[in-house]
Amino acid sequence: MLIHPEEILETIKMVSNENFDIRTVTMGINLRGCSHPDLDTFNENVYNRIMYYAKDLVKTTNEIQNLYGIPIINKRISVTPISIVAESCVATDLSSVAQTLDRAAEDAGVDFIGGFSALVQKGMTPGDLNLINSIPRALASTRKVCSSVNVATTRAGINMDAVSLMGKIIKETAEMTRDSSGIGCAKLVVFANAPDDNPFMAGAFHGIGEPDCVINVGVSGPGVVNSAVRALKDPSLGDISECIKKTSFKITRMGEMVGREVARRLHVQFGVLDLSLAPTPAIGDSVAAILEAMGLESCGTHGTTAALALLNDAVKKGGAMASSSVGGLSGAFIPVSEDQGMIRAVQRGSLSLDKLEAMTSVCSVGLDMIAVPGDTPASTISAIIADEMAIGMINKKTTAVRLIPAPGTKVGDMVEFGGLLGTAPVMPVHKFSSETFISRGGRIPAPIQSLTN
Amino acid sequence: MPDLHKRFNEGSSMSSSRFIITVIGIDKVGIVAGITQIMAQYSVNIVDITQTIMDELFTMIMLAEIKEENFDLAAFQQAMSMKGQELGVEVKVQHEDAFRFMHRI
Repeated sequence: MLIHPEEILETIKMVSNENFDIRTVTMGINLRGCSHPDLDTFNENVYNRIMYYAKDLVKTTNEIQNLYGIPIINKRISVTPISIVAESCVATDLSSVAQTLDRAAEDAGVDFIGGFSALVQKGMTPGDLNLINSIPRALASTRKVCSSVNVATTRAGINMDAVSLMGKIIKETAEMTRDSSGIGCAKLVVFANAPDDNPFMAGAFHGIGEPDCVINVGVSGPGVVNSAVRALKDPSLGDISECIKKTSFKITRMGEMVGREVARRLHVQFGVLDLSLAPTPAIGDSVAAILEAMGLESCGTHGTTAALALLNDAVKKGGAMASSSVGGLSGAFIPVSEDQGMIRAVQRGSLSLDKLEAMTSVCSVGLDMIAVPGDTPASTISAIIADEMAIGMINKKTTAVRLIPAPGTKVGDMVEFGGLLGTAPVMPVHKFSSETFISRGGRIPAPIQSLTN
Repeated sequence: MPDLHKRFNEGSSMSSSRFIITVIGIDKVGIVAGITQIMAQYSVNIVDITQTIMDELFTMIMLAEIKEENFDLAAFQQAMSMKGQELGVEVKVQHEDAFRFMHRI
């Protein structure tokens, strides 16, 4: 037999015991041909365009899942940032576009649709402003739509007017989805250096420079890495890095195979494979557990940033060796509400918002799925965003903020979102005001690229 | 567009119609007979077969080949897993590429 029985059983064990899965197959669809001054015509164009490409996405993905016996958890769609294609619309309220996206997502049978987005790192057009102002209504009136706003890049700097505005938008979104603990905010991300081809939600959109239609695949497997690291007997950190690298190699290979086959059958281009350790609420499927397997008593204690840096880098190295199409975010995610180990660390008092911020400087993405008290001022949320954007801008990496100021909650409460979004412990923020700093507005200039110390 | 996709997705088509069938569970009389009976019904040919006891569990791995053009994989998978339930074992039918890709460069 070509393949050794032990290898066959290893693969089967990854799926049945260690929660290995293809996290998402995301179809990116270009909507630039849909523009029209009349909002109703525009909405119709958008709907038809999405259904034209996505009608067989779920069916094909399910076939591939059965063929290989590897679960594909989510099927998603990302579209061109709506602020760009809706720029020529006469109307200023774009929430009906979100409802159209929601309807298309429902009819195509996908879990989420991303791209109710704007890219405003240097300034805002009237279309961008219309879109951002529509976000709270859009997220309150839809179930599957995800929204993102890019407010900073390494080349443009940070648009502090947009940062200030987003603090208010996040508060307003939480308030408008008050009945479900502010869940609208779980579908809203603020980015620095947002990637064009990210298949993961809530930040996915179909970027400029992408083809007409593309399949991007997100693979995950914190549980697999966790088990592999724990199986090592008294390893050095070098051994751990080597083990993570090999494991992520295997995971990536599987993702690439699935992605290419889905793309081939749908007659569209294969884009990227995003290898991101994305935790789920399942036991053991946790990034915090991997860090603790390396020898930390509890995630968030001193040494956590170093351990996470090792993990993130080893994941990338394994992935880059396994596939030439690695892209998107690729690294380790640290969403608090979706990771049992992170939740426990917060409850034990070992993990704070400040430590999470430090961790985001060495891993992919940023302050993710963190609940803060409902009475947190908008300017404080903006200031948290500004800090995170600065880390992304200076370190030339993607960072993001997905905060939920859950209405009516205080520190220590638990906020339940359900499903993959999990349960968030409400974490404390600093009491001192950032109001004056945020209200100044303007732009933080792009950083110097030499004198790197 | 069809030409484009051909170029970008070159070489990605499945290499064969061979499947790995794994049967894992508590050993008892009649497992092999029951499983191979279903395979015969669907004209699935066994290319290679190996069987051991691992962690006190009966483990059978087969490399099987499908010759028919219009083979109904979903129906076969369902019949196999129903037979598995009847015998108290877990049966998986997966295309061999799932293992080839993960373990071979």
